[in-house]
Amino acid sequence: MSDSQFGLGGLKYDPKMKAKPPELNVFLALMIIVVTFEVLGRVIYGDSFLFNQRANVDAIFNWPRLNIIILQVSIIGIIALGVTQVIISGGIDLSSGSIVGATAMIVMSFAQTELVNGNPNPKAIFGPWAMDLPVIVPIMIGLLCGAIAGSINGILIAYTRIPPFIATLGMMVSARGLSKWWSNGNPVSFPTESFAALGKGMWPVVYFVGLAILFHLVLRYTVYGKHTYAIGSNEDAARMSGINVAKQKVMIYAIAGMLASIAAIVLSSKNLTAQAGMGVMYELDAIAMTVIGGVSLAGGRGSILGTVLGALIFGVIISGFTFLKLDAYYQEMVKGAIIVGAVVLDQWRQKSASART
Amino acid sequence: MTDIILETRDLTKHYGGVHALEGANFTLRKGEHVAIMGDNGAGKSTFVRQITGVEQRTRGDIVFDGKPVNFAGPLDAREAGMETVYQTLALADHLDVSDNLFLGREKIKFKFGPFSILDYKAMREATLAALQKTGVKIPNIHNSIERMSGGQRQCVAIARTATFHSKLTIMDEPTAALGVQETAQVENIIRTLKEAGEPLILISHNMRQVMDLVDRIVVFRRGRIVANLNKSETDGQDVVAYITGAKTQPEYAEAANL
Repeated sequence: MSDSQFGLGGLKYDPKMKAKPPELNVFLALMIIVVTFEVLGRVIYGDSFLFNQRANVDAIFNWPRLNIIILQVSIIGIIALGVTQVIISGGIDLSSGSIVGATAMIVMSFAQTELVNGNPNPKAIFGPWAMDLPVIVPIMIGLLCGAIAGSINGILIAYTRIPPFIATLGMMVSARGLSKWWSNGNPVSFPTESFAALGKGMWPVVYFVGLAILFHLVLRYTVYGKHTYAIGSNEDAARMSGINVAKQKVMIYAIAGMLASIAAIVLSSKNLTAQAGMGVMYELDAIAMTVIGGVSLAGGRGSILGTVLGALIFGVIISGFTFLKLDAYYQEMVKGAIIVGAVVLDQWRQKSASART
Repeated sequence: MTDIILETRDLTKHYGGVHALEGANFTLRKGEHVAIMGDNGAGKSTFVRQITGVEQRTRGDIVFDGKPVNFAGPLDAREAGMETVYQTLALADHLDVSDNLFLGREKIKFKFGPFSILDYKAMREATLAALQKTGVKIPNIHNSIERMSGGQRQCVAIARTATFHSKLTIMDEPTAALGVQETAQVENIIRTLKEAGEPLILISHNMRQVMDLVDRIVVFRRGRIVANLNKSETDGQDVVAYITGAKTQPEYAEAANL
């Protein structure tokens, strides 16, 4: 039984009619940006963005730069994996940055070491019972924090039917308040060695890539993934088809919260400290990566692969601007312009998609 | 009695003081195709909404497949075997044909709660079989629904009912927004359902279509049934007379006095 038997009015199945994956466009954009930096670098400074220029190193590419590009986006990238699912389902999550802050404070309190250079830990939050716990304890507590915060988001959105924007805005403000209250604004520091090892070196990249692969498979091959797309595409149709929309939404936001808490664990381990201001504006960077990666704010469209490419574009731009010795101020201005540009492109795509029908 | 798939007795719906549906007695036999006609606001859609559980009736009984039923919502009705093709399409635009056919009842390869693994191959094969059975022609079932014409979408919605061997199919103006060729395609599917012996309630304003497709016509006027006509004993003008109120069948005479 071949596809070619089915055609409207004798129209044959045409493989060329199959839609091109939108990730291809994002990948092309990434390539264009990389080439632009390469050309600008060679013209202005006579230096290469991508390729190794040092005679004493035997490598084709400038690996330190490539490592930094991905390392600097992996922690926010982990958050973006959750935000991707939320946006595909037609929602938005503004709370992830604050969940990072609150989770980092709580996690670090359970990851402290009792003695610092032979003296009692000056930043101790709890008594000796919470000192030198096995590393699994802070990790589990962290995941639980994220799951609880995300579930509250989901329950508010699914059962009170307030817009996701408002529900997660509330969580954003409250979770930030919690992280300031937790230790009266003091940083929490001096983790155990095993906790500090979690975020060392290139480990954040490993977590980011691993989780990206996992959720790529989940979104593509599981019922959870299919229902996430269905809700974002047509919530009424999803409901009439028998999908438990409320339960699914709670799950989506809980998973997004857990991914934010994983980012918090990795970040606090990497920095060896947790502060109340951690993760400020991360939610917007995560949304930006997602949108640049071709995930539609209207829901129903997008992929994890797109978001990973979006994160890479983000990293390349930051590195590229540093490479061209441009001020951080310009970086932010251009970042803003790119986010707006990506949404404009998304609108065009939608318009041309509906024009075909 | 066993060949009756759906029966309503004294089915009534009041919206506050508005009597949208009043004492509807209706029967549908297995394999029978019945059209419901009437002016806008005559109670056709209200009637369907009570049967499918979208709304809760004020009073009256519904017997479906030999059992009295009280559907709390359209999902209950669907699980009992009653499929409705809505005027507004209940399809997810960004998903492809087989995703839409199996939305909410996916075939599973490996069961693991919400993270059960989908069996794409089985769903695709069942989709092709369903499309063949209904004669629905779609250029490429891997394309998302948003790239399809209105007629093709409507066909997908109808093919869904055929896939799951529903006991009763209800279509609310399935061709209202379609072109000539697409309408013909949908009508062909309805004929296929007829040959397969699957009962159908068709709400339509299209007299030619109704005369072409169904066995029996039930006319609603001002919330009441005013005529129950076998197609062989009536014609278009006759039906119009019932719709407009120029005629009322003797057994429904009390309705005419309202």
